[in-house]
Amino acid sequence: MKQRYSFPALVWNALRGHRDWAPAWRKAQPRKNYDVIIIGGGGHGLATAYYLAKIHGITNVAVLERAWIGGGNTGRNTTIVRSNYFLQPNSDFYDFSLRLWEGLTSELNFNIMLSQRGVINLCHSQAELETFARRYNSNRQRGVDGEILSVAEIKKLIPHLDTSPDVRLPIVGGAIQRRGGTARHDAVAWGYARAADALGVDIIENCEVTGLHIDHGAITGVETTLGTIKAPKVAIAVAGHSTQLAEMAGVRLPIETHLLQAMVSEPVKPFLDTMVSSATHHVYLSQTDKGELVVGGQIDGYNSFSQRGAFYRIEDITSGAIALFPQIASLRMLRKWAGAVDMTMDGSPISGKLPVHGLYLDGGWCYGGFKATPAAGWCMAHTIAHDEPHDLNRQFSLDRFRSGRVIDERGAGNSPWLH
Amino acid sequence: MLINCPFCGPRAENEFVFGGSSADNCEVATENTTALTDYLYFRNNPKGWNIEYWVHRHGCQSWLEVERHTVTHEIRRTQLTKDHP
Amino acid sequence: MTTVYPSRSGELVASGGEVVRFTFDGRPMRALPGDTLASALLAEGKHLCARSFKLHRPRGIMSAGYEEPSALVSVRYRGTEEPNTRATQIVLKDGMEIRSQHAWPSVEHDAFSILNRFGRFLPAGFYYKTFMGPKGAWPFYEKIIRHMAGLGKVPTEKPNAEYESTYAHCDVLVAGAGAAGLSAAIAAARSGARVLIAEDQVEAGLGLIGSQATIDGLPAKIWAKQLVEELQQNPHVRFLRATTVVGIYDHNFIVLAERLPELNGKGNQPSQRLWKVRAKEAVFAIGAVERPLLFANNDLPGVMLAGSVEAYIDRFGVRPGSSVVVATSHDGGYYSAARLAASGIGVVAVVDTREQAGEGAMREVEALGIEVLRSTEVIEAKGRGHVEGVRVRGRRNGKYRSLSCDLLAVSGGWNPNVHLHAHTRAETVYDSEIGSFRPGPTKPHVYNAGSCNGTFSLSDVVKEGHLAGLAAAQACGYEPASHVWSVSDTRNFIPCPPDRVPEGLNEKRTFVDFQNDVTIADIRLANRESYSAVEHLKRYTTLGMGTDQGKLGNVNGLKVLSHIQGQPDALPAPTTFRPPFTPLTFGAIAGGERAHHPLRRTAAHDFHEQAGAMPVFNGYWQRPQLYRRPGETDLQAVNREVLHVRSQVGLIDVSTLGKIDIQGSDAVELIERVYINGFRKLKVGHGRYGVMLREDGMLLDDGVTVRLGENHFLMSASTGHIQEVYEHLTNLLQTKWKDLDVVVTDVTENWFTCALAGPKARDVLEGLVENIDVSKEALPFLGAASGRIAGMPARIFRISFSGELAYEINVPSNYGAALWAKLLDHGKEMGLSPYGTEAMGVLRVEKGFFIVGRDADGRSTPFDIGIGRMINRNKHFVGSDALQLSAFADEGRRQLIGLMPVDKSLPIPRGASLVPNTPDFEKSPPIGFVTSMVYSPHTGCYIALALLEGGRSRLGEKVIAVAPTASKHTLVEVVEPIFVDKEGVKLHA
Repeated sequence: MKQRYSFPALVWNALRGHRDWAPAWRKAQPRKNYDVIIIGGGGHGLATAYYLAKIHGITNVAVLERAWIGGGNTGRNTTIVRSNYFLQPNSDFYDFSLRLWEGLTSELNFNIMLSQRGVINLCHSQAELETFARRYNSNRQRGVDGEILSVAEIKKLIPHLDTSPDVRLPIVGGAIQRRGGTARHDAVAWGYARAADALGVDIIENCEVTGLHIDHGAITGVETTLGTIKAPKVAIAVAGHSTQLAEMAGVRLPIETHLLQAMVSEPVKPFLDTMVSSATHHVYLSQTDKGELVVGGQIDGYNSFSQRGAFYRIEDITSGAIALFPQIASLRMLRKWAGAVDMTMDGSPISGKLPVHGLYLDGGWCYGGFKATPAAGWCMAHTIAHDEPHDLNRQFSLDRFRSGRVIDERGAGNSPWLH
Repeated sequence: MLINCPFCGPRAENEFVFGGSSADNCEVATENTTALTDYLYFRNNPKGWNIEYWVHRHGCQSWLEVERHTVTHEIRRTQLTKDHP
Repeated sequence: MTTVYPSRSGELVASGGEVVRFTFDGRPMRALPGDTLASALLAEGKHLCARSFKLHRPRGIMSAGYEEPSALVSVRYRGTEEPNTRATQIVLKDGMEIRSQHAWPSVEHDAFSILNRFGRFLPAGFYYKTFMGPKGAWPFYEKIIRHMAGLGKVPTEKPNAEYESTYAHCDVLVAGAGAAGLSAAIAAARSGARVLIAEDQVEAGLGLIGSQATIDGLPAKIWAKQLVEELQQNPHVRFLRATTVVGIYDHNFIVLAERLPELNGKGNQPSQRLWKVRAKEAVFAIGAVERPLLFANNDLPGVMLAGSVEAYIDRFGVRPGSSVVVATSHDGGYYSAARLAASGIGVVAVVDTREQAGEGAMREVEALGIEVLRSTEVIEAKGRGHVEGVRVRGRRNGKYRSLSCDLLAVSGGWNPNVHLHAHTRAETVYDSEIGSFRPGPTKPHVYNAGSCNGTFSLSDVVKEGHLAGLAAAQACGYEPASHVWSVSDTRNFIPCPPDRVPEGLNEKRTFVDFQNDVTIADIRLANRESYSAVEHLKRYTTLGMGTDQGKLGNVNGLKVLSHIQGQPDALPAPTTFRPPFTPLTFGAIAGGERAHHPLRRTAAHDFHEQAGAMPVFNGYWQRPQLYRRPGETDLQAVNREVLHVRSQVGLIDVSTLGKIDIQGSDAVELIERVYINGFRKLKVGHGRYGVMLREDGMLLDDGVTVRLGENHFLMSASTGHIQEVYEHLTNLLQTKWKDLDVVVTDVTENWFTCALAGPKARDVLEGLVENIDVSKEALPFLGAASGRIAGMPARIFRISFSGELAYEINVPSNYGAALWAKLLDHGKEMGLSPYGTEAMGVLRVEKGFFIVGRDADGRSTPFDIGIGRMINRNKHFVGSDALQLSAFADEGRRQLIGLMPVDKSLPIPRGASLVPNTPDFEKSPPIGFVTSMVYSPHTGCYIALALLEGGRSRLGEKVIAVAPTASKHTLVEVVEPIFVDKEGVKLHA
C-alpha cells in the first residue's frame, strides 16, 4: 500500500495539518484497452478488481462506474453481514464471505468496521422456532455457527425488546448467529477501491457503458460515454441494471428489478447491540456506530428502477419496529431511501459466465448483495481468471434456470405474487 | 401510486398485488425446454414502460392489466385483463 | 433564576397572565404561554444549551425553526420522553422536564469538551484510518465510539403519547401559509376548489410580521390575517397549523405531520396526527432557509441567523442580545439591522462583503446612525463559550479590525426549500444570483411559489402564489377567480451570497455542518483524498447527515467544495432530496391502528376460549391447539385427544381451511387443468383428493374437491395457502384461460366447518342429521351429501385428515357456534369431546399425510413426495411441462420418508438434520432434515416425517437425526411414511 493507514500515521499527519494524505484512488482516465473490464463500481465490481490483481496477478483492469463508486446498492443497504442461509450453495458461499469479512480490515488496511455483534431472528410461534432450528442445525453440521435461544436469553442480549407474553404476537424464542453483524458499507467500496488502485487497477468514474462490442459470439470491448474501450474479458456487476447490461449482449435474465427501502432514526446513545429480525413483523433493526437505528423490511413488491419507495411500506416497518421496541415510538425517522435490487426467480444469485465468450455476470443478489461482497468479488475474479467458476459459485450459474436446478431458499417459486 | 380499478375506481397501490409483466405471462408452446424455462424464469424487466398484471387483492379481486413506467411510475392505461384481447 | 418576569410582547406571546413552569436540567424556569424553549432561554439571556456531536463545542441557538442544527434537548412531558428535540420547536407546557444531551456532567461544564482541543486528530473519516489493531481490538474501540456517539437517549418506557393517522382528499393542497401559500390558497378557494393548506408554524404568516409592505393598501401582516380568517371560515378549506408537509409520493400522495399540543387544544388529543392526503394538485410554498456565513468560530453561542433574530423579536418579544454586529452579503442584513435597532438592541455595525448596498437599505441604516463597513469580511468570531466580538478584514486594504458585541447576526443569503419539488424527481438548477438551487421545471400537478421557488420580492411572491393557486384550481375544473394584488414594498432586494469564501480563514474552526462539526478543513481533506463527488463528500465528512439534514450546511458545503476545486461559481448538484422534509416521529408514522395485526376467529371461538383451549396462530387465524384438563401436561392432553379420536370420537373446528366454490359449464375443465390427477369422471355427490402444482412443478397445495353438481364443485385448500390458491385460479382464469365459462369464489368465511372423527363418528352424526342417509353404503368414503343437521342447512363430506371414519360438517358460518354446541351436547353420551390442532397434527403424521409448505417444502415435486403415481399422464395441467426438466430426474433429490427411533424410548430432536450413521457424524454435512415430528401414542414412540436424499431407496437404513443447537442426536430408522392403519381400513369403515 503506497500510504499505510495507522494510528501513528494519523497522529503524524494531524500534526502536519493533514496536507500529505494521498488520494484513496486515482481518478483515472480510460485507456484504449485492458485485459479485463468490470462494469460497475460498487462493492462487487471493486472487490472483483482487487482479487484479480491481488490473487491472480491480473492488474491491467479497468472498473467503469457510471457515477461515483459505491453509489448504487453498496451505498443503500442496511449493512448486515451474516451467513445463516439454509441451502448448501448459499450456506457455503456466504460463510466463505463471512470469513473474508473477518480479515478484510487488515487485508485492505482500511477500517471497514466489521462489528460481529450477532444477528438474532425472533420467532413468534413454535412453528417458526422449529423452522429456524431446522436451518441452524443444518448450518452447524456444515460448520457455520448458530444457536437457538430462549426468550430469557434473548432478553439478556436485547434488554429493551418487548418480550412480554401479553402482546398480540409474543416472542417464543429465537436464533442467533454470533458471527453475524454489520460493516460500514461506504468503507467497503472505498477500501477495495484504494487497495485495487494501489495494485494498478484503473477506477474510472462518470463513465457509463452504453453498448457491448461482440464479434462472433465473443466480447471484444465496450462502448462508453468516454469512448470505446477494448478488452477480451468483461464482467457485469451492476445490481439493479443487470437486465439492461445483459440486454446489450442479447442475453435475457431471470431478474426483476425491485425497490427495497430502509430508513434510519436520529442518532441516539447505545440502545441495540445486535441485529434483530422478525419475519412475522416483516422488519429488522440494527444500530450504527454513530447511533442511528437502521430499520428495513421487505421489497415494495413491483418492478421499479425509481429508487423511491412507497410510504405504506415505511408504515409497515415502523409499526413492526414499534411492536418490538415500544419505547422508540418517540424517536424520529431522519432519512429513508431505496435501492434497486436484482430479484431472481429463485431468490439466489447469478455468478458466472454468460452465453457470450468472455462475458461474465455478477448479479441477482436479491437481499443478499452486501454480505456477499467479498466472496462475490473473490469468486468472480476466479471465474474471470480461469474462465470457469469456482466450486463456491458453480451452482449459481445462469443455466440452472434451464435445467430446473434452481436454489430456492424460501421455497417460494417463480412468481412474485405468490410470495 | 394510484391504480384505477375499473370496478372500484382509483385506489392506493397497497390494495393491489403485483403479478409480473404480462409479456412474461404469455402461455407459450412449452414442448422445448428453452421455451418452457423462458416462460418460467426469464423476464423482460424493462426500464421504461411496462405492461403488467396487478390483482386487486384487497378490493374486488379482479386482475388488471396496467401500463406503467417503471422509473417514473406514471400509469397510462388500466383495464381488466378479461377485456384485453 | 430571575423572579421578576420581564414584560414581553410578540405575535405569539404576551406578558401579564399565566406563566408556564418547566425545568431545564433540573432548574425551575418560567415562560410565557406560546414560548418555545429557545425563546424562553433567550429571554433569560441563556444561549448555551447543547454540545456539538464530535468535538463537544459549546452551542447555542442559531435559528428560530426546524433548521436548528445544534440546540437539541430531551423533553419529558406527561409520561412521554422525546430525545433529540430542537429547542426552537418545543412549545413549552406546564410541567415539561427538559434536559440537555450529550454532555457530562453538565452542558456548561462538559468533560468531553477536551475533545475540542484534539480536533485535528479527529478529522473527517479518521476512524477509517485507525482502530485497526491489534487484532480483535475493534470491539473494544467500538464500545467507546458508540458511547461517544449518539445524541439523546432512547426513553426507557413506552411513550404515553397517542398517535393517530387519518386520510384526506382535496383538490388543491397548499404547503405553507406565508405570503405565497396564503395567496395560492385564497386564489384556489375563491375559485371554488376544495383546499387543504398546511402551515409548519403555529400561526400563519409569521414571516410577514416585520414587513413594511402593504398589499391592497393593508399592512402585509393584516392582509395575511384577513386571508387566514377567510380561509378558516370557508367550509371547503381545511386549515392545518403546526403541520409539516413531510413528503410527496407518486400521484400526489402527500404526507403531513400535525403536532397538536402546540395548538393549545383541550382534553385528550393525540400528540401527533399523520395526514395521508391525496391531492389532485399541489402548490409548494414552503419558503427558504437563511444561510450562515463562513468564518472561524462561526458556531459560537451568540452567532445567530439574522432573520431568526428578527423572528425572536417579532414573535416572542425577545432580544437575544444587547449589542449586535450584523454581518451580511445582501440588503436583507441592513433591514435586519434596522429592525434590531428599533427593538432596542445596540447595533454596533453592519459588515457587508459587498462594495455597494442598495440605496434603500443604506438609507434606512444610515438614518439610524449605524456604522456600515463595506467590502469587509468577517474572519473570526471571538469569545469563550459565547461571542464577545468579531474580527473583520477589509477586502481592499486587508486591514483587520475588532468589534465588540454579544450577538452576531449573520446572513449569507437564502436557500430555497426545493425539497418537496425534488421529491417528485424534478430537477433543481443552480441560480448564481442567489448562490443556491431553485426548482427546475415541475412535474405535472405540482407548482412552486414564493421563496422556495427562488422568488424573493414580495410582489412577485404574492403573484406567483396567486397564479399557482389559480392554475391548480383550473386544472381541477374550476373557474379561476382572478385578482391582481397591489403590492407596495420598498424593500426589494435579491439575497445574494458572498461572492467568495474569505481567504486565510482558520479552516479547522470554520464550520459548515454545525451538528457534525464538519469544517472547511474536512472538506479540503475529503477533496484531497478523492472523496470529491458530492455523495462521497457527504458520506466521508458526514456533511448533511445530522438531524438538520443539512439545511444550514449543504449549500455552503457545495460552495466550499467548488471553491477548493477552483470553480467557485459552478456548484455541483446537491444530493438527492427524499422525504421526510424534517424528521418524522416513528409513532406518528405507525399511527394508532397500524400497530395491530388483524385477528381472525372462527364462529366457535368463544367456546374454545371458554373451554380453556390453548390458542395457536396460523397466519392471522386463532385456533385451539389443545384442550388441557386440570393436572395434565400439554403432551398428556394431546395424547389423550389422539387416543380418544382413534378409539371413540372427537370433534375439531377446521373452519380455517380454504373453500373455493367453482361453478360454470367449464368448472370440471378448470379443475382438470389445475390438479395433477383426473377429475373429469368424478361423480356428483363425491369428492376426490387432489394435488396442485405451481407452474415450476413444485407442490402448491392439496385438498379434497367435492362435486356438488354437474357444473358445481367445492375445492378445499389448506389454511396457509388459500389466498395463493385462490389467486392462482383467478390469475389463470383472468389472464390465460379467459374463454373458460367458470366462476370461482372464496367462500372460506361463509362456512363453519368441523370434523367429527373416530369409530363412533357415524353414531354421533346419525342422531342429528335430518333427511341425510349417512350409512356406509349411502355415504361412502369421500362421499358428499346435503341436507339439514339439527335444524340447520348443512353439507356433509366424508373426508378424513385423521385416517379415521370422519365427517366434515359444513353449515353457514352464522350457525357455527350453535352447531358446535349442539354436536358436543348431543355427542357427550357417546364420548364426544373436542380436540385441537396439535392432536390433529399427530393423527395426520401417523397416517403420513403431508402438509404442503412443511413436508413438501416448496422445493418438492410429486415424485419427491412419493405421489408420482397420482399424476395423470394423459392430460396437460399446471406444472406438467416443468416436471420434464432434467433437474427433477436427478439422483439424490430429497424424498419424503418416515423415521422411527431405533431405541423407541428416545425422542427425535425437533428440526433435526439427518446425517449418515458414521462415527464423525457431528461433522457431516446434512443429507436431509426432519419436517414433522410428533409423539405417537399408538406406536408408543416418537415418529417423524423427513426429506432425505434418495430417501425411498434407503428404507430400512439407519441414519442419525442430529440437532447441534439442542446438543441432541438420535439414531433413527428410515421407514415408509405411514405408521398407523397402513391398509386404510378405518378410512373406509
